[in-house]
Amino acid sequence: MTDNKLINLVNISKSYGDNIVLDELNLYIRENEFLTLLGPSGCGKTTTLRIIGGFENPDQGQVIFEGKDITRTAPNERQLNTVFQKYALFNHLTIAENIAFGLKIKKKSKAYIDDKIKYALKLVNLDGFENRMPNSLSGGQQQRIAIARAIVNEPKVLLLDEPLGALDLKLRQDMQYELIRLKNELGITFIYVTHDQEEALTMSDTIVVMNQGYIQQIGTPEDIYNEPQNAFVADFIGESNIIPSIMIEDKLVNILGTNFACVDTGFGRNKPVDVVIRPEDIDLVKPEEGTIKGVVTSLLFKGVHYEMEVHAHGHDWLVHSTDLSPVGSEVGISVDPYDIQIMNKPESEDEEAVELEI
Amino acid sequence: MKIRNVLNTITPKTPSQKNGAGSLGIRNTKWLSFPYILWMVGFIIIPLIVILYYGLTTNDKLLTLDNIKSILDPINLRSLRLALELSFVSTVICLLLAYPLAMILNKSKMKSNSFIVMIIILPMWMNFLLRTIAWQNILERTGIINTVLKFFNLPMLNIINTPSAIILGMVYNFLPFMVLPIYNVLIKIDKDIINAARDLGANSIQTFLKIILPLSLPGVISGITMVFVPSLTTFVISNILGGSKIVLIGNVIEQQFRIGNWHAGSGLSLVLMIFILISMAILSKYDKEGEGGSIW
Repeated sequence: MTDNKLINLVNISKSYGDNIVLDELNLYIRENEFLTLLGPSGCGKTTTLRIIGGFENPDQGQVIFEGKDITRTAPNERQLNTVFQKYALFNHLTIAENIAFGLKIKKKSKAYIDDKIKYALKLVNLDGFENRMPNSLSGGQQQRIAIARAIVNEPKVLLLDEPLGALDLKLRQDMQYELIRLKNELGITFIYVTHDQEEALTMSDTIVVMNQGYIQQIGTPEDIYNEPQNAFVADFIGESNIIPSIMIEDKLVNILGTNFACVDTGFGRNKPVDVVIRPEDIDLVKPEEGTIKGVVTSLLFKGVHYEMEVHAHGHDWLVHSTDLSPVGSEVGISVDPYDIQIMNKPESEDEEAVELEI
Repeated sequence: MKIRNVLNTITPKTPSQKNGAGSLGIRNTKWLSFPYILWMVGFIIIPLIVILYYGLTTNDKLLTLDNIKSILDPINLRSLRLALELSFVSTVICLLLAYPLAMILNKSKMKSNSFIVMIIILPMWMNFLLRTIAWQNILERTGIINTVLKFFNLPMLNIINTPSAIILGMVYNFLPFMVLPIYNVLIKIDKDIINAARDLGANSIQTFLKIILPLSLPGVISGITMVFVPSLTTFVISNILGGSKIVLIGNVIEQQFRIGNWHAGSGLSLVLMIFILISMAILSKYDKEGEGGSIW
C-alpha cells in the first residue's frame, strides 16, 4: 500500500426518488489498498461501489481516477473490473470463453489469450476447467471463475460486491484466505463490499463503516474494533456493552454510579458519554475483588467461550469468558482501564445507532 | 391447443414446472390430471389418428400414399411454396418489429410496462375473424384508407387481394406472439450480466451481439415458432385479404374438406405437419435451454 491516492470520491450524493442513499460522501482509496465498505443493507455501500464501477451515475459529485474525472465515463472505458454478487457469469459460454471475453474485445492475440486463461485458472486453483459450462460448477467455483474473468484484464482496481455472500461458512473462510493471497500476488487495489464484519476485519487494510448513506468511521481493522467512534460502529463491529455514562474528569468515568479508571482524556468534566466495553474484556472475579458486584442471570456455551449475562447496577452486562460462572452466582466485575472506550454521544440523528437485523 | 401453448410460453416457468411436479404429495394429486388426459385423448390424440387414417387411405378404405403425393401436383406445390414464402416474410417482419419493442419494454423501468403489455395483448381479446374483416374494410378500394387518400387527391393504395395484404394480416394478427416470448426472456436476463459485459470492456453493440442476443435466443425461437406455424397453416387471412386469386396451402386443404374430399385434405395436412416438424427440429438445435420451441 502506498500513499498515492488512486481513486478519490468527492462530495458524492445519490438518491432514488425520496430515498437518499448517499449524502455528500468523501472517500479516497490508495494504490494497492484492500479497502472494505462495511455496513448493514441499505447503507449505501453497494451504491458507492456501483458508482466507482460506472453502473450508476451520482446525482452530484465527482469520481476522480488517477487525477482524471471519470464520473460520466462508461463502465467499458474504465480501468477497473468488478466481481458481482451473484457471479454474473455468461451461461451460454464455456469457462474459457467467459475468461477470454474481455481479452477478445480488446483484440488480443489467440496465444496471449490462451496463456492468460491458463494463468488465471491456475491462480484460482481451477486448472483444466476450460471447457466446462458455468452451470456445471459449484457456487464457490463460479465465484472463482468470476474473479479469474475480471483479473485477466489486469485492472488497476478490482471491485468486489459481496462476492462471498452466497457461499457457506467454511467455503467463505477458505475464500477469504484465497482473496488475501490473490491480492498479494496481483499487487492491485481491492475495493470490497460486505455486511459481514468478520470478513472485513480479516481481510482489509482499511475499513469504511457506513450507515444510512454516511461514513461512520474509517480506520484499520484494529482501530475500528478497539476504538469505535460511535455507538453504531461499536454495535455493528462485534458484540459490545454500550452504557450511557458520565465522564467525571480525564481518566475517570462514572458508569452506572460507580467510578472506573480509564485512559481517555479531553472529554471535559461531568460530560455525558457512551462507554463501550467488549464482552471479552470484562473479567469476572470474586464479588469483593470487583469494582461492582452482580448476579449471573444467563449462561450459554458458545464453543470457544461461555456467554454470560450479569445483572449489576440495573444493567445486563454481556460477558465472554472461558471460565464458567453458574447462573445465580454472585460475581465481581472488573475492567482494565485501557479496555474502556469512551465515545461522544451522537450529535445528530444520522449518527445514531439503528436496530440491526443482521 | 393454441391457447395452451401461448400460456406456456408467456408464463415464466417456475422451477417445479421445469423439474416436473414436486415430490411432495404427488401421489395424492395424480388424479387431478385425469380431466386433462381425457381432454388430450379426446381432442388431440384421437383427431390426429383420424387425420392419419384419412390421409393414408382411399374412399374404399385401402391403404395409399396418393393423398400425400398429391402435394406434387403443380398447383398444390405452388400454393405450398407461396405459403412458405409469405409466412417466412411475415415471421421476419414480426421479428424485426418485436425485438426492438421487447427491448424498449425491458429497458424502461416504468410502471406503465404492464399497461403496454396489456395493449399488445388486448387485440387478442377480440375475435380474430372480426379483426381480419376489419382490415379488409380498411384496405378495400372503397375502404377507409382510400377514402382518405382520395379526399387529399393522393394516389390510391391497391394492396387488397395481393400477397402484401396477406402479410399485413399475418403480421398484425401474430405480432403479440413474437413480442411476448422475447420480452419474457429479456426480463429474465440479470442486469448484472449486462453490467459484467460492459465492465469487461464491451460497448453496447458488442454487449447486445455477444450477450443479450444469444441469451434471448430461446424467446426468439419460441416467437418464430408461434408466428411461423399459424402463418403457414392459415386460410382465413388469405381468404379475407387475398381474394380468390391467391391460394395458400391452407386454402387448398380447406377446399378439399369443403368439397368432401377428406382423404386429400388429410394427406396434405400431414405433409404440412411434416414441414412444421422439420422446421421445429432445425430451430430446436439452437434452443439449448429447451425453454421455448420444445413446447410445440
